[in-house]
Amino acid sequence: MFNSSFDAVIPIVCVVLAALAAMAAEAFRGKGERMPIGLLGLVGLVAAGVSSALLWNRNAASFGVLVADNFGLFVTGILVVVGILTILFSSEVLERDGIPAGEYYALMLFSLSGMIMMAMANDLLVVFVALEIMSIAVYVLTGIRRDKPEATEASFKYFLLGAFSSAFFLYGIAFTFGVAGTTRLDAIGELMAAQAMVDNPLVLLAMGLLMVGFCFKISVVPFHMWTPDAYQGAPAIVTGFMSTGVKAAAFAAFARVFLSAFEPYIADWAPAIWVLAALTMIVGTVVGVAQVNLKRMLAYSSIAHGGYLLVGLLSANEVGKAAILFYLAAYAVTNLAAFGVIAVLGARDQGNDELRDYAGLWHSRPALATLMTVSLLSLGGLPPTAGFIGKWYIFAAAVSAGYYGLAIIGVLTSVISVFFYLRVVVMMFMKDREVAGMPAQVSGLGMAALAVAIAAIFYLGILPTQVLDLAARSISTIF
Amino acid sequence: MPETLQFYLFAALAIGASALVIGQRNPMHSVLLLIASFGALAGLYVLLDAPFVAVAQIIIYAGAIMVLFLFVVMLLNAPQEDAHKDPFALVRQSGLTRVGAVLALLLLLQLSWALLSVSGLAGPVDAGGDAAVVSSVPELGRVLFTDYMFAFEATSVLILVAMVGAVVLAGRRENEE
Repeated sequence: MFNSSFDAVIPIVCVVLAALAAMAAEAFRGKGERMPIGLLGLVGLVAAGVSSALLWNRNAASFGVLVADNFGLFVTGILVVVGILTILFSSEVLERDGIPAGEYYALMLFSLSGMIMMAMANDLLVVFVALEIMSIAVYVLTGIRRDKPEATEASFKYFLLGAFSSAFFLYGIAFTFGVAGTTRLDAIGELMAAQAMVDNPLVLLAMGLLMVGFCFKISVVPFHMWTPDAYQGAPAIVTGFMSTGVKAAAFAAFARVFLSAFEPYIADWAPAIWVLAALTMIVGTVVGVAQVNLKRMLAYSSIAHGGYLLVGLLSANEVGKAAILFYLAAYAVTNLAAFGVIAVLGARDQGNDELRDYAGLWHSRPALATLMTVSLLSLGGLPPTAGFIGKWYIFAAAVSAGYYGLAIIGVLTSVISVFFYLRVVVMMFMKDREVAGMPAQVSGLGMAALAVAIAAIFYLGILPTQVLDLAARSISTIF
Repeated sequence: MPETLQFYLFAALAIGASALVIGQRNPMHSVLLLIASFGALAGLYVLLDAPFVAVAQIIIYAGAIMVLFLFVVMLLNAPQEDAHKDPFALVRQSGLTRVGAVLALLLLLQLSWALLSVSGLAGPVDAGGDAAVVSSVPELGRVLFTDYMFAFEATSVLILVAMVGAVVLAGRRENEE
């Protein structure tokens, strides 16, 4: 069954078909009729997950520009999980908030198809097209609640800055093409290896411009200005989706471009990444401490996590290799769980996302408070959660690669960040306050999704070897 | 030699028009100057033996997209800026804008340094074969539907997403009817 030259496209096609089905279902939906459109998305995502599992170890390539190597498939797996959890949470939220289901699911699935394409792309042009598919859908999702001015503002800011960063990225591709005469990553890599000793200023320029484009998408300081506003203004469920999916896909493409194509120039780009990683960890953590809005606080936390990922990219030695993908997986489930709790606790007219809204949550919603606590502790990196193992391996890799400075900054900022995560926990458990305006009931699907996410956090935290092994073997396919 | 002269003519035209675009108080003038800039770019493409790209540039950018621009400017009825305002007021007042200006200058310096210090490109920039074959429309089509087939097809998804997005953000909702 899997022997044609179209193999690598199959996971993407599954998701695109699901998106088209969601669009068609919305078109044929009678007025006021309810349709299980989310279910179509689930089917498509499960199909994408199954086909990626079947493609495992086959190194399928399509059209020469798309490679389903284990690295791409591992990230696809993460993205499929992100998509499934997001759909499960969405079923809870869409009707409550008056978000049009057909359009929402279609855009979300299109965005996911772009993300998967980005993770598998072996050609800078395809990376760019995938980046735009992903981004444009996410810009719209950010502003999908047209009745909220702050959502529109967030969407507009995100769009303008995103378009600006795309221009940088495109300029970088142009210079790369000018130097190498091709946009294929493997061909660029060979060419760079052949002439790595020559200090070609055009290559440096191209790398710098591409770096700006990627760093914008994973909100690295100083390209993070849009993040707090976009994450706060968007519906919580969309924030959860974009803070995990967009980041995972963009980081996968970043790692592939810089670790395979520009690997010979590592001595040139490593110092830049060092500075960016240090800045990102420090600014994300320090500014995060001062936030009173939970979504904004988690936005800064996700900026800081981008910094940890960069540390992993920089110290991609034997230990670090596995750490990158493991951290990506751990961060994705954890952050999604946290935003899932925020999403189900919101109401149509009030987000319930201020820190004080969470006072006394333990007394009114013990289950949700516990789940939130687990995900916050995992974000902070406390054992026995996924976040702890992820950070442990990242810092161990940094130390063994000789980046002591970054490891120290990383540990210190983690300690500071625990303070603001614990502040929420203290709010939930110690304060006593009757919460008004919280939704009365959380349905089965939302709770099931939360339970799965929490189970994954503990699984990755207590029995990480299997996934670590898988991650190590996956990333070894790209370098 | 005349080709070099033509290059500098078109280049000066493109840069000059682009600089004037951001200096205009009347948005309508900006749009018209942008058309001039695109036209000059098309001239540069012709000098590069890429007539197809030049024609596409005129039809798509100077034609279709600029008509859209003009419509938007007219529909939004963008107000003319105050004629007495100091054009550099923004740079003088705001600290952050000043930082941005400095960064932009740095980028300009970087770009010129990189482009000037390149002496003969190392990579296989010469696409091989004579220019007439490389720039011919059939050859362009062949490359587009073989080497860049996937990117071409993926672009259709991109356009679909943009359409759905525009409808979602601007269309009428069921509950608003």
